Parts: sequence; structure tokens; C-alpha cells
Amino acid sequence: MEITLLYYLIPSLIMFCCGVYGFLTRKNMIAILISLELMLNAVDINFVVFNRFLFPGQMEGMFFTLFAIAIAAAETALAIAIIINVFRAVKGIDVRDLTKMKF
Amino acid sequence: MESVGSIIMYFIIAVAIIVFSVLTVTTRKILRSATYLLFTLFATAAVYFMMDYEFLGAVQIAVYAGGIVVLFVFSILLTSRPGDNTEKLASRRRVLGLTAAVAMLLVAGYSLVSRCSMFVSRPEMGEIDMQQVGTALMGTGYGQYLLPFEAISVLLLACIIGGIVVARKR
Amino acid sequence: MDPIIPILILAIPLCMFLVLGLFGNKMSHPIAGILGTAGMGVTMVLAYITAFTYFFSGAPQFIDGDVHLQNIVFNQDWLQFTDSLVIRLGFLLDPISALMLVVITTISFMVHLYSNGYMRDHHGVWETGFQRFYAFLSLFSFSMLGLVVATNIFQMYIFWELVGASSYLLIGFYYTKPSAVSASKKAFIVTRFADLGFLIGILILSFYTGTFNFTDLTSAPVAGMDGVYQVSGETAAGIRNIFQTSAAPIFMGGSVMTWALVLIFMGGMGKSAMLPLHIWLPDAMEGPTPVSALIHAATMVVAGVYLVARLFPLYLMEVTSLDIIVVVGALTALYAAIVACTQVDIKRVLAFSTISQIAFMMVSLGVARPEFHHGIGYMAGMFHLFTHAMFKALLFLCAGALIHAIGSNDYTDMHGLRKYMPVTHITFLIGCLAIAGIIPFAGFFSKDEILTACFGNSMVWYIWMSFVAGLTAFYMFRLYYLIFWWKEHKIHEGHHAPHDQPWTMTLPLVVLAAISCVAGFVPFGNLVTWNGHNMFDHVSFLTNLENLDWSVAVISLLVAVAAIALATVMYKKENPMPERMRRLMPNLWRWSRNRFYWDELYMFITHKIIFNLICRPIAWFDRHIIDGSMDGMAYLAQRASYAIRGLQSGNIQMYVWVYLIGALLLGAVTVICLI
Repeated sequence: MEITLLYYLIPSLIMFCCGVYGFLTRKNMIAILISLELMLNAVDINFVVFNRFLFPGQMEGMFFTLFAIAIAAAETALAIAIIINVFRAVKGIDVRDLTKMKF
Repeated sequence: MESVGSIIMYFIIAVAIIVFSVLTVTTRKILRSATYLLFTLFATAAVYFMMDYEFLGAVQIAVYAGGIVVLFVFSILLTSRPGDNTEKLASRRRVLGLTAAVAMLLVAGYSLVSRCSMFVSRPEMGEIDMQQVGTALMGTGYGQYLLPFEAISVLLLACIIGGIVVARKR
Repeated sequence: MDPIIPILILAIPLCMFLVLGLFGNKMSHPIAGILGTAGMGVTMVLAYITAFTYFFSGAPQFIDGDVHLQNIVFNQDWLQFTDSLVIRLGFLLDPISALMLVVITTISFMVHLYSNGYMRDHHGVWETGFQRFYAFLSLFSFSMLGLVVATNIFQMYIFWELVGASSYLLIGFYYTKPSAVSASKKAFIVTRFADLGFLIGILILSFYTGTFNFTDLTSAPVAGMDGVYQVSGETAAGIRNIFQTSAAPIFMGGSVMTWALVLIFMGGMGKSAMLPLHIWLPDAMEGPTPVSALIHAATMVVAGVYLVARLFPLYLMEVTSLDIIVVVGALTALYAAIVACTQVDIKRVLAFSTISQIAFMMVSLGVARPEFHHGIGYMAGMFHLFTHAMFKALLFLCAGALIHAIGSNDYTDMHGLRKYMPVTHITFLIGCLAIAGIIPFAGFFSKDEILTACFGNSMVWYIWMSFVAGLTAFYMFRLYYLIFWWKEHKIHEGHHAPHDQPWTMTLPLVVLAAISCVAGFVPFGNLVTWNGHNMFDHVSFLTNLENLDWSVAVISLLVAVAAIALATVMYKKENPMPERMRRLMPNLWRWSRNRFYWDELYMFITHKIIFNLICRPIAWFDRHIIDGSMDGMAYLAQRASYAIRGLQSGNIQMYVWVYLIGALLLGAVTVICLI
């Protein structure tokens, strides 16, 4: 049995779809952020896998993933700072409670 | 033709990715969700190891599993009161999310299955040692990434300051 | 002549306006007053120098033998629209502009001086806006001087509007008083309406003649001298040719030239308060009295007369337009004189007297024909303008002194003031004698020459104007007796006895009274004539007396004396005769008291006809059709946005879902179609 490119892309696709599902359905802001991380991770896998299968001698995909991880870390740190701030302001992190700036 | 061990390894990893991803978004307890995310990230790191990118796998474990998930756990503990970490999903909401996810799966899966069957073999690749990675990060020539590296470092600095400013008590 | 003096004549009042207007509030009151007065004094001296140089220096650019020439001192391009359409600002020196320079600066200086006393109350407290008052006076003086020295009709129009604006500002000086505000608006709107005719007339005239310049319009260049022009009949004929060669269309029975001249005269009617545009002048008395003396008696209101005199050679070509001027002037003179006989407010009496006297000047210009006594009517009109400015300013300033002392405008609050205010009494009497036409006061000579000119034109106008002259004497002495005689003055308890005002107010009275006594002896026939030619071979102090037409003079004197005698009998002592007269002609009295209901007629026309029949439908259209369509659009947009605002819920998850579904649909289509 040959493990081809497709074998890696399918789990990553499922992971991405799980991210989408979580993003659309969860109401807790941290849960939404976790779903976001899932999607990001799925994309990272794709980068690496394509790099490995199509351009084995080069490192573009790997470095892209590397930077994506760094940015994800930064983004998460900031998002959590915001969430904590929001929690202080409205005593909750349910997105349905954040309606103060609506019309 | 791969070795049986690597095939078994692959399946374990694939099943772990799928199962833990699904569990991450379906579990009701937010702390469990973070834990399943951690497992998913470990499985991803395993994929990187299988792809022979050891450095990347190490970064994945260190930064994601070691940093981000810990951050998640801390923030969950900070922001949730005991007892209210379960949330019931409205069925309409779940149907909408499910529709989008399944539609995505179908469209992308169909195009993948119909297009990607040509890339069958995994070409051989030499070991990427740390020297290569370091050179690529520190150079300014073709295929080298000093500028993004610096940009990332500035971004991280901005994030540190921003995080402090945003989250600090007023 | 060095242009520096003419430039200074215009520049000093303008600078005073700017300085007082911008920094007036930073100055103390007396400094602002002294500054304005001193500036006007310097301007007056410069104007005297200019006029003296023009009339008596004998310089070749000013006088050629016995002919006064027109001289353009400077003429600066101001707006150049095209090569041929250039608007210039300049300084034209000729007999009438030199005359007006003297009149304006003299009266203006006297008024500036007088206002130092008038614009504060008995305790010496200055009126609020004192500096503003002086700034506006300077603005007015500048505008009026610019108007009279205009080298072209467009410059005249510009300054014409400026005097209108400064008149508006000064009438509305007490802008907290609603009556003053409405009076200023009335003056502005009525004169603006008249100026519309003026503007159209200017456009027609310049369209057919191709020029704005007075020198091109009314006079011929003198060979070999730049900027020097002589008024002559030949240029007038030349312009007539222009009209005829451009196939001068006939419009509603008059030639285009007649129409242009009549429309220009309409501007003059507005400014000079001729019937039926006179309604603003009586109300303009809401302004401070010095302003009435300066603007609404002596200078601005004669701008219409000046305009006709300026374009006189043109009017002479179309005798029809002169006839119109005579009719309008004669009607106005009679009307205003009758109304003046019954008014109670002493400033109103003087205002109607002013209207009547300006109408005299208009009639005088209208009856002037070159065939008769070298066009004596023109000279007489200008002469009367000069003398009237002096004695009417005197009368107004006297009235100001009375009002200042009594605190009321009505003669019913005055009566018997002769013992309390002797200086005012004597000067007012001199003014009355002058306006009544008693020899040897100024008004006698000028009025006599106007009557002579009427006599030369038509017997009808002669009798008419003689009658009006008699009425003038009657109503002026009625006013005089009712103020200073009639009965003993009643001093209200707790009030001081009225007394003469401080020297800043009495000095102008004395000076103007002195001028009114002697101004009649100025040999005007050798200074101001329609074509610049001298009328007399030699002049002396008695020239005017020697050249009187004694038959006319004696009759007018008799009429005046008779009218004064009648007034004396009726009003010197309190008696029931006025009441009996009133019973005798109740309708005439009522109409006269109510100014022949002109204001009511205007109210009827504007409110009932224009507002109701024209403005209301337009307002309805504007409010319901135009505004309605706009409101309808706004309403539609509002409803539509309410209908779809649910899409902008702010719910990011919903946005993402919609985006994702759309993207997936597109992706599905692409995948299905391409593979």
C-alpha cells in the first residue's frame, strides 16, 4: 500500500471542517478561538505535506508553517488578552452578550 | 512501497487527528475541548515528524502544545466560573454549522479526490539539519528568511506590549 | 493736477472706516470720535483745495476760456473682462463733481463734529456702538465721494450700492429696536428694487453705446489734451447715431434709448425717494438724527439728481425722458408738501420736506432746455442741491438738538422752546427762511432760478411749482411756530428745563446757518452749467441779484410771504383755527396725515397680491412637491434599510456562515464545470 499525498490531505480537511463547525456553533469565545486554531493547524499540515511531496529539496512550506505558528502564538496571546478584558467588562465571554456596540 | 510500521503509524495518526478534532468541537466542557486540542496538536506534530521535518515538529510541540494550549487553559480557568462550563447548543445553530462543515467537506473532498490521485509517490529527501534551517533563517538571499524573521520578532514584541496594555487592570 | 490729493480724498475715509471698524472697540469713545472727525476734517480741506484748484486756478486742463472742462485725474483698470469690456475706477473732475465734493465733505464734517455731542446722553454717557457709528459714517463718506467722482457708470453703480449699504447700516444703527430694523430693511429693499431698473438701464445703454465712460457718453475730447473733455451737443448727436445705426428697436412705444434713460432714472427715483418709491425715506428717520442730516437730507438722497445731471446731455437727446422726470418730480413735490403739512413727528416733516425739495431739483433738471437762458434749469437744480444740502442739514441738526433736549420726536412735546434754546431757535429760523425762499437767504436764489426755468418751459409747471413753494413756506413755518411758539413750554416735574446743547452740537448749527445766509450769492452760473460755458460775462458778489428775473422773483417772494403770514396767523398763538381748517377739509386732512395711504397700498400689493397669489403657491410647490420628493426618497431609503437591517446583525458567525456557503457554492460550480 502506497501512502500518497491524498492520505494526508483528507485528515487535514476533516480537521479544517471541524474547525469550521466549531467556529460557527460555539458561543464561548475561547471555544471559538480553539476552533480557529484547528483550522490554522489544518492549513499548516497542508503546507508541510505539499512541500514534502512536491518540492522535497526546498523548505518554503516548512518555513511558512514555522512563521504561521509564530503568528498563531502572537494572535492567541492578544486574543486572550482581549477576552480577559471583555470578561472584566461584561462578566462573561459569551458572544451573545457582546451586543453593546450594535445599533 | 512503505514499511508496514509506517503504514500503521500513519493510520494511528490519521485516526487520532480525526477523532480528536471532532471531539474538540463537540465536547461540551471547554477545558476538555482544550485538552483534545492538545492531542490534535500532538498528532499534527507526529505528521511533521513523519514528513522528516523534525525541527518543525519540535516547534509545534514546544510552541503550540507547550505555549498556546497552556495559555488557553489558564484563560479558561480565569474566565469560567464553576458550573457554567457546559453549554447547550441550539439545534438550529448546530444544523447551520453542520451544513457548512459537510458542504465544505463534500466540495473540497470531491475536488481533492478527483485531482490529487496523480501524486502517488513520496520522493526521497535528505535529512534537514539545524545548520540548514539556521542559514535559511539568517540569510537575505534566495530562499532565505531574515526579513520575515525580523518582522515576526517585531510582531511578537508588539503582541507582548499589546497584550499587557489590553489586559492590564485600569 | 497731482493725483495724490484725489486719492487721499477717497483713501482717508476708507482708512478711517477700517481703523474705526476693526480697532474701534479697543479705543476709548472720545478718541474714536476725535479720530473720525479729524479724518473727515482733513478730507474736507483736501476737497476744498481740489475744488478751488478746479474752479479758480485757471489751469488749461480745467478751464478753456470761459468753458469748464471735464478732467480725468486718474483712471485705473480694475476688472478687465475682455479687451473691450474693462471696468475702471477713477476720479473725474468736472463742475458738478467738484461741487459735490464740497457739499459732501462739508456736511459730513459738520455731522461728524455734531455727533460727538449727539451720541451721548445728558450725563455724558456714550451710546453703545459709538465707534461703530463713526466707522459707518466714514464708510458712507467714502462711498458717496466715490460715487460723485466716478469716471464711468459702472463705478457709479458700485458706489451707488455702497451708499445704499451704509445707509442700511446707519438706519438700523439701533438694531435692538424693531422699528429701526424694519425701516432699514424697507430702505434697502425699496432702493434695491429701484436699482434693478438702474442696472438694466446701464446694461442697455452700454450695450448700444459700447462704453461705460461718462466722458465718452456725454462729451467730446478736446484736441491735444489727454483726459480732458468738453460737453457738447455734437457728441450727443454722435451717440444718437449709434442708436440709430444699431436699428434702435422700438419697445412698447419708446425707443431703446428712452427706455434705458428712464430705467436709469428709476434708480435715481429709488435713491432720491421720488413717487412711488418714496416710502422708505420717512421711515429712514429711525436712524440717529445726524445720519438723517447727512444721508437722508443732504447727500445720498440727491444721488438721483446727481445721476440725472451727470447724464444730462443724454437725457437732452430724448426729451420724452425729461418730460417723464418733470411729471414725476412735480407730482412728488406736491404730494410731499401736502403730507408735510399734517405730520406730527418733526423729523417726518423734514423728511417729506426733503422729498419735496429733491423733487424741485428733479423738476428743474427736467425743464432745462439749452434754448432757454443757457439751460438755466440745470444750473438751478445743482444750485438748489447745494443750498438745500446746507439748510436742510441745518434743519435736521436743529431737530436733532431739539430731540436730544426733549427726548421726543413730536412737536406736541415741544411748544414754546424759543426762550430755552436761543441758538437752536435762531438757526432753525434761518433754515426755515432759507427753505421758504426769503431774500437774501440761500433758498431764495436757487428756488427763484428753478421757477424761472419752469417759467421758460411751461406755464403749468411754473404755477404748480410756485404753489408747492408756497406750501413749503407754510409747512416749515407751521413746524417752526409749533416748536418754538404756540404756547408756553410745559416742564415736566423732575425734569430740567431744556437748554442749548454743548458746543460740538451748536457750532455746526452756527456754521451751517452762516452758510445758508450767504450761499445764495455764489455765482453758480459761472461755475456749474450743463455744457461748462459761463453764463455771465463778469462776476461780483451781487451777480445773482443783478441777474434775477424780477417778475418771477417778486411773485415767488409774495407767495412765500403770504404763506408765512398764514402760518403765523394759524400757529403763532394757541388758537382753534387749525382745528377749524381740519374740519373744513376732513378728507384731505386724513389722507395727508396718513400719507395718502401709500404704505397701506404697498402692504396690500405685497401681502395680499404678491404673497398670496404668487409666493404662497410657490411656497406650496416648494414644500410639497420639491421637498416632498426629497422626503419621499428619504422615506423609501429608511423603509428599505429597516427591511434589510437584520442582515447587518453584527453576528460574525452568521457572516462567516453566509460567506462560506457563498464561497462553497462558487467552488462547487467551478469544480463541477471544470472537471
